[in-house]
Amino acid sequence: MTTLELLQAYWWLLIAVLGAALVFLLFVQGGQSMLYCGATTEQRQLMVNSLGRKWEFTFTTLVVFGGAFFASFPLFYSTSFGGAYWLWMLILFSFVLQAVSYEFRRKRGNIYGTRVYDSFLLFNGLAGCVLLGVAVGMFFFGGAFTVVKTNILDPGAPVISQWADSHGLEAIACWKNLLLGFAVFFLARTMASLYFINNIAGDDALTTRMRRNALINGLIFAVLFVAFLVVLLLADGYRQSGGAIVEESNLYLHNLLNMWWLAVILLLGVVAALYGIFRSAFDKKWRAGIWYAGFGVAGVVAVLFCIAGYAGTAYLPSTVDAASSLTIANSSSSEFTLKTMSWVSLSVPFVLAYIWYVWRKMNATPLTEKELSEESHQY
Amino acid sequence: MNDLIGLVDWSRAQFALTAMYHWLFVPLTIGLSLIVAIMETIYVRTGEERWKGITRFWMTLFGINFACGIATGLILEFEFGTNWSNYSWFVGDIFGAPLAIEGLFAFFMEATFVAVMFFGWNKVSKGFHLASSWLTALGVTLSALWILVANAWMQYPVGMEFDPAQMRNVMTDFFAVALSPVAINKFFHTVFSAWTLAGVFVIGVSSWLLLRKRNISAAKSSMKVGSFVGLAGILFTLWTGHGSAVEVARVQPMKLAAMEGLYRGSVGQSIVGFGILKPESTRTSEDPMLFSIDIPKGLSYLIYMEGDKFVAGIDDLIDGIELTANGDTIHGLSYADRIELGKEARAALADYAAAREAGDEAAMTKAAAAVKENFANFGYGYLPSPEAAVPNVSMTFYAFHIMVMAGGYLLLLFIAVLFFCYRKPGLLENRVMCWIGMLSIAVVWVCSQSGWVLAEVGRQPWVIQDLMPTTAAISGISTGSVQLTFWLFAAVFTGLLIAEVSIMLRYISSASKTDIENPKH
Repeated sequence: MTTLELLQAYWWLLIAVLGAALVFLLFVQGGQSMLYCGATTEQRQLMVNSLGRKWEFTFTTLVVFGGAFFASFPLFYSTSFGGAYWLWMLILFSFVLQAVSYEFRRKRGNIYGTRVYDSFLLFNGLAGCVLLGVAVGMFFFGGAFTVVKTNILDPGAPVISQWADSHGLEAIACWKNLLLGFAVFFLARTMASLYFINNIAGDDALTTRMRRNALINGLIFAVLFVAFLVVLLLADGYRQSGGAIVEESNLYLHNLLNMWWLAVILLLGVVAALYGIFRSAFDKKWRAGIWYAGFGVAGVVAVLFCIAGYAGTAYLPSTVDAASSLTIANSSSSEFTLKTMSWVSLSVPFVLAYIWYVWRKMNATPLTEKELSEESHQY
Repeated sequence: MNDLIGLVDWSRAQFALTAMYHWLFVPLTIGLSLIVAIMETIYVRTGEERWKGITRFWMTLFGINFACGIATGLILEFEFGTNWSNYSWFVGDIFGAPLAIEGLFAFFMEATFVAVMFFGWNKVSKGFHLASSWLTALGVTLSALWILVANAWMQYPVGMEFDPAQMRNVMTDFFAVALSPVAINKFFHTVFSAWTLAGVFVIGVSSWLLLRKRNISAAKSSMKVGSFVGLAGILFTLWTGHGSAVEVARVQPMKLAAMEGLYRGSVGQSIVGFGILKPESTRTSEDPMLFSIDIPKGLSYLIYMEGDKFVAGIDDLIDGIELTANGDTIHGLSYADRIELGKEARAALADYAAAREAGDEAAMTKAAAAVKENFANFGYGYLPSPEAAVPNVSMTFYAFHIMVMAGGYLLLLFIAVLFFCYRKPGLLENRVMCWIGMLSIAVVWVCSQSGWVLAEVGRQPWVIQDLMPTTAAISGISTGSVQLTFWLFAAVFTGLLIAEVSIMLRYISSASKTDIENPKH
């Protein structure tokens, strides 16, 4: 393995970790989708304020995910974002609306009223999860695009990456992508239920409902995810072989079998997630489900990224021109840039450490109605 | 080709829309985070509870504004990919790194510690809370650093080389990118201007409190902090502004010429103190000004610190003409020459691609050398004529002069307010003074926006100076799609702006009726 190949693999791993963190943090969106599911006004206040202290982590992780992709795999950034325009615009649009909604929803003079901002949160909760799932689905099921670098020599039509005219809408209409999208959505709702159990105290009715929600949403997620996994493992994919990119049957199954340690992590992740969900549902005093399920889910997502990109797999297959498919080898930054950014990435543990420290400090005691009533800054 | 131009125009409009809205909110976030941190420091050091109340008042306004900055910033980052996909590939190897670092170092710091700022008063110690406020201020400043490094690199591309095999530029020197003189000037100029803006905001809001005779003590105390920060901000802004102008003259002489509406330069070039350009239809190279008050030799002094230096005008640059101190003409590369060289570079790149396809190593080496020889003019090869390299002169000229005049006014404002604070505090409550303070809020925002209009319009047609025009940087989407998202975001951002202003006004009004220095919570 050359230094460049090693760096490409390292950066794909970082992308996988960031993707895993992002999916875990989508519990914020899942919680937003539950604000009007039978909650009283007081309970909604608790839920919003509990989520409101975390929404920026999800948002920031999404931004860093994009930035890291730009820095390490710029051809993906240019091809996918410029190509699947409507998919990404809808995702971004939903997050723009989310960004102001917490701060504005109950402020006097907010013009549009609390209901409108809550509907923004609901929209982000649904669209954000489903569409991000669709975007990840494209890592496996691809898009209709071509990459011709010599186009840049034509001043009249210089665009390198060309996408089908539907520009991402076809990805949203693809049932395989939607399967993953809805799996992510119900996963986010499950995680949100576990988060509320962990982060809110003093409202037994809410906690009881969340234990039930965790079970119901968890079961729906499990069904959808198993279905997705079956579809994925039976699917064909594209792999770099010699100088060409060729189609291969059951490629992801092969990847999982060849990289058996990924299969082990996947299995452990599923077990941890199920343990977190089921024990939370049935053990009335247990509040730590979010961490078991969280680490489990993060592990599963990281494995999905790994089988999408490692072993020469095309992580963004082109359904119209196999040679245009993106692999971590043909879409990455230069060795110099990857090396420079790898030095920068050494700060990640430090960043994680202070986030963890502050999170622990701020969450030392769960949120209660009493605390909320004494708090001057409320969402 | 017309379709391409339409797409480029709408994509530029969308990016400009996003950037301008983003820059309505961000400078206030940067400056106010510092002011809030200073106020909290005073509270912690003196132990006076009134300063805690004052801190929380401004912190609430900071929070209302913070959200809109985040919302618009998200779009801005991803628009490089959605609307400028060719650009993202052509220079992503260099440009992506600062964006990733920004996210890792700055955004996480902001996101983590801003939560402590708002919700940590009763959860963490005084010292930890204060540290969080300073770390939030540091985080927002660092986020400005990296995006400005990226922007500066577009205006002065350094630390890279072109790789013909990949048809893109690759980074060769990270520190040359991060520490280029253009980046350093741009960062400090922008951040200090944000201090200025927040200083005026504090003075303006405090003036309203004084006008209404509510919370006079809090208003005056806030004014002191705001005007100190603002004065420091405007002085440093002027200093770094000069540095920026010197760099513009060195690396973007066409922008400098447009800033001054200068078509034919001269030795000992004057600077326009105030002027009105002739309309486009009647403007001539000889006398583009309808009216102007000039400072003799001012531009030569500003740029070179010498009165007898030559400063090139737009036509001089197009013709490749330079004058010596004796008035002798030196002919250099004209823009027509540069266009030809750019086309040669492009042709050589096509030869390289063909040789690579054929596996002809010798031809590849030869073509690569030809690309390298003319790569400095690569972008000119895309231009249809030399005149296409001229930015919108009127917009650049007025943006520059409005910025400078407003900056001069703000300097006087801060000096006056500080003088009144310490020598004539009663004058702060004078109705005229209060109105001046409030109206100055509009002035500082116009000043701030003008700065960015100058920076971005003045560098057209380049997305990367001399290497890539905006027409070559575009994504392969339809004009209609961009039009739709333009109007969508225009509606959303405008709606959010209206809501933010409304919430701020309502909050200021309601808080003014309470005792800001002793809030209930």
